[in-house]
Amino acid sequence: MSQSGRLLLSGDEAVALAARDAGVALGTGYPGTPSTEILESFASLGCRAQWAPNEKVALEVGIGAAFAGARALVTMKHVGLNVAADPLFTAAYTDVEGGLVVVSADDPGMASSQNEQDNRRYAVAAGIPMFEPSDSQEAYEFTLLAVQVSERWKIPVLLRMTTRVCHSKTVVLPKPELSPAPREPNFVRNVARRVMIPANARPAHRRLREKLAAIAEWNEKEGPQQRVGTGTALGIVASGISAMHAREAAPDAAILKLGMTYPLPLGTIRDFAAIVDRCVVIEEGDPYLADAARAAGIAVESAPAMYRFGELDVARVRRILAHDESPEPAPLPGKPPELCHGCPYRTVFSALRDLGCIVTGDIGCYTLGVLPPFNAMDTCVCMGGSIGVGLGMRHVLPPEQARRVVSVIGDGTFVHSGITGLVEMVYNAPLTGHVVLILDNGTTAMTGMQEHPGTGRTLGHQAAGKLVIEDIVRAAGIRHVVVTDPVADPAGFQQLLAGMLERPELSVIISRRDCLLAAGKIKAYERAITTEGALEKCVEKS
Amino acid sequence: MRNPEVTNILLAGLGGQGVLKASDIVADAAFRAGLDVKKSELHGMSQRGGSVTSDVRYGARVWSPMIPSGEADFLVVMEPGQVENNRGQLRGSGTLIPPDAVDEKLLRSKKSLNVALLGKLSNYLEIPEEAWLEAIRANLPEKLLALNLEAFAAGRKA
Repeated sequence: MSQSGRLLLSGDEAVALAARDAGVALGTGYPGTPSTEILESFASLGCRAQWAPNEKVALEVGIGAAFAGARALVTMKHVGLNVAADPLFTAAYTDVEGGLVVVSADDPGMASSQNEQDNRRYAVAAGIPMFEPSDSQEAYEFTLLAVQVSERWKIPVLLRMTTRVCHSKTVVLPKPELSPAPREPNFVRNVARRVMIPANARPAHRRLREKLAAIAEWNEKEGPQQRVGTGTALGIVASGISAMHAREAAPDAAILKLGMTYPLPLGTIRDFAAIVDRCVVIEEGDPYLADAARAAGIAVESAPAMYRFGELDVARVRRILAHDESPEPAPLPGKPPELCHGCPYRTVFSALRDLGCIVTGDIGCYTLGVLPPFNAMDTCVCMGGSIGVGLGMRHVLPPEQARRVVSVIGDGTFVHSGITGLVEMVYNAPLTGHVVLILDNGTTAMTGMQEHPGTGRTLGHQAAGKLVIEDIVRAAGIRHVVVTDPVADPAGFQQLLAGMLERPELSVIISRRDCLLAAGKIKAYERAITTEGALEKCVEKS
Repeated sequence: MRNPEVTNILLAGLGGQGVLKASDIVADAAFRAGLDVKKSELHGMSQRGGSVTSDVRYGARVWSPMIPSGEADFLVVMEPGQVENNRGQLRGSGTLIPPDAVDEKLLRSKKSLNVALLGKLSNYLEIPEEAWLEAIRANLPEKLLALNLEAFAAGRKA
């Protein structure tokens, strides 16, 4: 969609385009709404993009690439950064050579997430600089800028986006000339800056604080903040999508729109607050900017507590500015999502319901098993959580309840972080045994049918090494492993599950049938791989 | 309060009906007409057969990508059951384009209803027809093109 150099792009697509224009050598991440399209788009631009088994591994791969001097992009949704937090905090102490940009796509309002955590807190906690774009143009420009800041100060940089920036399409004018060319990757040994034993980490922490002080000074003088409007009655400090809502809600206000929100340009905020009669911070989620301003002794107003929940929009910003704390009109309920008609999980959740199971669930399409007509899920916490939570229940519940506990996890989620749960199950087996149901529909369905190590195909659907789930399960030491198609014999499936629940042993059922929506595509990918393989053999012979 | 220079179009339906595809086409058509455009929607969980809406806003300059509540100028609905829960988003002077605005019998495939309703919508907007046609061509695969161009034409006549 180009028109005289203009493009109409989503924020995700704009990040991908900027990464290409910045010469990013490797994009890696884990699918998660609203971040998924970044890497898919990066791949479609002909760049190297790959799915990692989870966000922690993705970030580690990105760190390795950056240590080797290449520019790297690592993408994930907000909760993914929890998984990647371990490498993140220590990577902040190291020196990266190539630019390392970590995208956290937050989901205020929880359109498709289990919480609405505000990952701006991570920038502060880990001590890494953070940019917050407010539209696709800024998503493009801030990605380029993030690479430069990362290389100048040899520090990972967080690009914090939100659902409405990731998934809104807005006009972009690309500026590839803004990005200096990348260096050739080359390993240069630097033990003091890369091996974080305490003797090296102690000076590294001091160095990190020095870097942040220098970046704060840069942000104050040259950072991407914008001053709009000359009015002095009302001043608004905002960043990200909130700044857009504010411009529309208060066309006569003076607005200070921040681009880099850690470390903050506190001097700029102080000067701005001083010249307006009333200074209001408009921000989605936690009162991050408002608290930081107040801690620095800057008098700002912030939104009443009720606006901390959910997304902001123009109407809510108008209400905040009008001190309106009256109850908000609830939107009329739409039709809730459901498991597709013909989805193989329907059989599984009917059986779980009919057997009266206590179901510890996980993250994916199958979480919809909690809704009618199944009502067959009792817990859902985090990726891979189904197994540990189920084991905890088995350990403490009276036997007649413990025997009804089943952990239900999808194929992609199992690869992401279910494997260690399985190891726990073998190592600390409950007296009543346990049953894990792995729902293998051959794809990462909920996020839009992405590949994962268990599909044996890369992000671009090419042949790759395949993680065979039943092999991993058996290798972990579980003897009762059954692979079955629940749709082929629903009654037989229910009998199988009932039988396993009765035994005080460790059992895993792999319920395998391709996602209804993905089945056609999966067949086409496999056909293409087979044809390509056959062609290669012909070439070898000739 | 209203910014008269911005046109707000809300598209609504159920997951799988082509709501997002239709909004891509509207946004692209406005973009090709040289306007500032923003389009916003939610992906993921909302798409498993549940209600889906997409906001398209265009004009000289658009700020928020989301249509302020009750300020839609046009509401295009692809599923009869989704009219009432979205009607409140339409401003008093706004136009509702319901699913039966185009007779389904005139369409070769029911799946092209989304594009047919855009044909109907296009009569109210000042976006040139050529921009619409280019947007349809750019957003649909070759094999579905003829079908959808027919649907668009049927909608324009309806």
